[in-house]
Amino acid sequence: MRKVKIYVTLRESVLDPQGSAVMGSLHKMGYGEVEDVRIGKYLELMISDDANDVDALVNEMCQKLLTNTVIEDYRFEIEEAVSQ
Amino acid sequence: MKFAVIVFPGSNCDLDMYHAVKDELGEEAEYVWHDSTDLSGYDGILLPGGFSYGDYLRCGAIAQSSPVMDEVKKAAEAGKPVLGICNGFQILTEAGLLPGVLLRNKNLKFMCRTVGLKVENANTLFTNEYMAGQEIQIPIAHGEGNYYCDDATYDQLKNNNQIVFSYADDFNGSRNNIAGIVNKRGNVLGMMPHPERAVSDLIGGSDGLSLFKSIVKQWREANVSHA
Repeated sequence: MRKVKIYVTLRESVLDPQGSAVMGSLHKMGYGEVEDVRIGKYLELMISDDANDVDALVNEMCQKLLTNTVIEDYRFEIEEAVSQ
Repeated sequence: MKFAVIVFPGSNCDLDMYHAVKDELGEEAEYVWHDSTDLSGYDGILLPGGFSYGDYLRCGAIAQSSPVMDEVKKAAEAGKPVLGICNGFQILTEAGLLPGVLLRNKNLKFMCRTVGLKVENANTLFTNEYMAGQEIQIPIAHGEGNYYCDDATYDQLKNNNQIVFSYADDFNGSRNNIAGIVNKRGNVLGMMPHPERAVSDLIGGSDGLSLFKSIVKQWREANVSHA
């Protein structure tokens, strides 16, 4: 079993109103040193050992469903995991 | 003319869509479940608003992978009119049938009210019953209607007259106030506002009816020979 950790972030060119609202809140709480907040997503996939090219597989899934590459970037890590 | 109203788990404007074409226009309409694999019997495809699959992952993302979407793509390729409203628009962008994407409204709020819409292009099969530049009143109801595309895509939309409707005022952050666009060929329209909720004065307005009339008129001219 492999554990895949996928990090999805908004592209730099895309405004993140949610991030801006959170930054505004942090500023009000006195954390003036915060210069930017971007909110993204984190996904975990468990992939069976039968899968061959996990790297290609995850890329394919990211492009077909898990992310929208018009507005999002992604990166991922693959770890060996013990099945439960 | 026979319309398919595609129903996904979480669609909630399907009844309004059905009512608009069936009761107001007197055309045929049928509900078609998202796992259908045949749309060949329909002349027009309607993707209603709502929250398909609870907007999980991204709005429209999961609906986009439904079996029926392969058929919607075939219908679009065959030149049939395909209309996606609200969540239907989001599904069409996720499916790659229309460029761009719908982001959260700039103020992060779900907004539900009637807004002014400018008809930017009255030469489409969806808008031939309107006049170019005409301002119509159509309800909106969305939290993610902030249209985004990159500069190259915007230039393309502009140069090909693909921008069909724009908002009279900016309230959700959409690029250049874009409210609705067609594909290059002009037979796939996606729009955030709800014309199907403005088809009778009894329910507060009828400015949306002309959109459905346009589709039928165009279809009649192309398919019905007069004796």
